Amino acid sequence: MNRAVEAVRGRNEQTPELIELYRRMLLIREAEKSCGALFAEGAIPGFIHLSDGQEAVSVGVMASLRTDDTIASTHRGHGHALAKGLSLDGFFRELMGKADGACKGRGGSMHVADLSVGMLGANGIVGGGIAIAVGSGLAQKLRGGDGVAVSFFGDGALAEGVIHECLNIAALKGIPMIFACENNGWSEFSPTSTQIIFTLEKLAAAYGIEYHGIDGTKVEGVAALAAEAIATVRRESRPIVLEFFTTRVRGHYEGDAQRYRTDAADAIDPLAVTRALLEERGASGGELDDLAETIRAEVFAAVEAARLSEEPTLQSAAEEVYAAEIRR
Amino acid sequence: MSEQRFAHAVNRALDDALASDPSVVLLGEDIGKAGGTFAVTRGLQDRYGADRVIDMPIAENAITGMAVGLAIGGFKPVVEIMFMDFVAFAMDAIVNQAAKLHFMFGGQGAVPLVIRTQHGGGLNAGPQHSQCLEAWFAHIPGLKVVCPATLDDAYALLRSAIDDPNPVIFVENKSLYPMKGTLSAEPEAVPLGKARVARVGRDVTIVTYGALVHKALAAAETLAAEGIEAEVIDLRTLQPWDEAAVLESLSRTHRLVVAHEAVEAFGVGAEIAARMAQVGFDELDGPIVRVGGAFMPVPFGRTLEAEYLPNAERIVEAVRATYG
Repeated sequence: MNRAVEAVRGRNEQTPELIELYRRMLLIREAEKSCGALFAEGAIPGFIHLSDGQEAVSVGVMASLRTDDTIASTHRGHGHALAKGLSLDGFFRELMGKADGACKGRGGSMHVADLSVGMLGANGIVGGGIAIAVGSGLAQKLRGGDGVAVSFFGDGALAEGVIHECLNIAALKGIPMIFACENNGWSEFSPTSTQIIFTLEKLAAAYGIEYHGIDGTKVEGVAALAAEAIATVRRESRPIVLEFFTTRVRGHYEGDAQRYRTDAADAIDPLAVTRALLEERGASGGELDDLAETIRAEVFAAVEAARLSEEPTLQSAAEEVYAAEIRR
Repeated sequence: MSEQRFAHAVNRALDDALASDPSVVLLGEDIGKAGGTFAVTRGLQDRYGADRVIDMPIAENAITGMAVGLAIGGFKPVVEIMFMDFVAFAMDAIVNQAAKLHFMFGGQGAVPLVIRTQHGGGLNAGPQHSQCLEAWFAHIPGLKVVCPATLDDAYALLRSAIDDPNPVIFVENKSLYPMKGTLSAEPEAVPLGKARVARVGRDVTIVTYGALVHKALAAAETLAAEGIEAEVIDLRTLQPWDEAAVLESLSRTHRLVVAHEAVEAFGVGAEIAARMAQVGFDELDGPIVRVGGAFMPVPFGRTLEAEYLPNAERIVEAVRATYG
C-alpha cells in the first residue's frame, strides 16, 4: 500500500491517463456550475449541496470500480453519481424535478440514484447511507463474486453512532468494502475540529481496520490509492478505510453566505491542481480549453433538454409508493 | 393438522421460506446458536448455516440499514428486532431509507425486507420491553404492517410478508408465543391487506388484531349470554387495512368497537374510527368506542400491569357503551 501512496507522483498503470481523469473531473465541475446557475435562476427547486473541491475523490475512486460494484453516497453526491455513470440527462432532469429524471422528479439532488450502475443513492440523512453500503457489501460477499461496496461519507458523519456500528460489523464479518471519508474539515456550519475529538485513523485502528489517508485534491494519488485498496478488498474480503483530505470550495448548501467561515479563500481547487500538472507535462492550454468547451457543450445540451422535459403528475408518484413487484 | 405453539408457526414459516428461496436470509441478535430470545429461530442456523441465519451484534440501526442494502442487492432479508421497543434505534433505516427508497428513486428497485419483532405486555417486562408501537409504522407511506392472531395466520402472513416486494413490519405478540393451537399441514395462503371474520355476529362489530382477538372472542361469549351477538373482525394487516371488510360488517351490525393493546390515543383505532365515522356515518346507531392502553408507559408491577392491559371486560364495557 505504501507503493500506492508513493504513486502520487506517477500514474498507476491500472488507472486511466491523467487527461481522462481530468476530463471526468471537468464533467462534474461543469455540471455543478450549471447546477449553481440553475438554482440561482429558480430552475432547480429545494436546496443543493455542491461538491466543488471533491471531484478528484469521486473520479479517483470510481476509476477502479466496475458497474456491478456499488456505492452509497451523501447529500453532497452529484460527483459520486456522475462518476459512477449516472447520465447527464437523468441527472439534470432529476434536479429540476422532471418526469423523466433519474428518479422521476421525486428525489432531487439529495436522492439521485441509478441502481443500474450501482449508484445506491445520494442520501439526505448524514450517515444514512453507511449501513446500506455495508449491507450491499454483504450482498456482494454472499453472492460469491468479487464485487465490492463503497460507502462515501463526510467528516461530519463521524459524529454519528452508526459509523461505529458499521466499522465493527464490517470488520467482524469481513465485508468487502471501502469506507471512503471525504474530509473537507466542515460539519455543515461548524469546523469539524470543534465537533470530533478523535481522528478517523485512530478510530479505524480501534477496529483493526487498515487505514490510509491522502491528499484528496490530487487525482492521481487518489486513483492509485483507491486502485490498490479496492484490489485488496476484492481479493481478501475485508474493509479498508480511506480518508481523503479536501477543502470545501463552496458553502454547505448553495446560497450559503458562509459568514461563519474565514478559510474559504484558502480552498484548494483539484481542477486547477490537475490542469497545472497537465501543462507541466506538456499539455497545451488550448487543448485543455477545447476539452472544457466540449464538456460545456455536453452539459448545455443536457440542461436545455431538461428544461423542455415534462413535470411529473402527482398521480404517477402515488402509483409508486409501494412496489408492485421486485424489479432490479 | 397438529397442536403446536404459536412460536412454532413462525419458526416453520421461516424454515419453509429459507428452504424454498435461496435469497431469504435472517439477521438478528442471538438468532443463531441461541435460537432467539423466544426460541422462534431455534434450529434454523444449524439447518441453513451462519451465512443465511446471521447472528449480529447489538446494533439495530446498522442491522436494519444493512438489510436495506441486502434487499436492493437481490436478497430478501428478514430482520429480528428482539423487542419492539428496540426498533427506536432503527428508525432512520426503516422510515427514511427502507420506506422511501422505491418511491424516491422513481420506482427503481424494491425493498423486500421483513422486520419481525414482538410487542405487548404480560411478562412484567416493564416500560421499555412491552410497548405496542405499530401505529408509528402504519403512519409511514411505503411500509406495510402485519399482526397475526392465529397459528395459521402467523405462518401464512409471514410467508406473504417475505414474498412482498415492500418493507413489512411483522409484529408478533409475545404473550401469544406459548399459546397452543392448530397449525395446518399446509396453511392456506393469506394476502396482506385482507381481514378475517373471527366470529360472526349481527349486533356489534369488534375490530381488533393480534393478541386482543382472543380477548375480543372471550368478550363476545360474555355478550352472547346477555343476548348481544358480536362480530369479531381480525384485521391481520394494519397497513393496508381492510376498510371494505370493516364497512361491510358495520353495515350489518350498525355498532362499532375498535380494540387494541397499544395506547388508545393517536392509535390504529383512531384511524379506523375516523374512517368509519366518515364512510360509515349513515350506518352508525351509536358512538364508535375504542379500547386501548391507557396514556401511560406500560407499568412493571404485577397488579399494575394486569390492571393496565386491555382485557375482555373492557371490551364488553365498550360494546355496552355503543348502546349509549
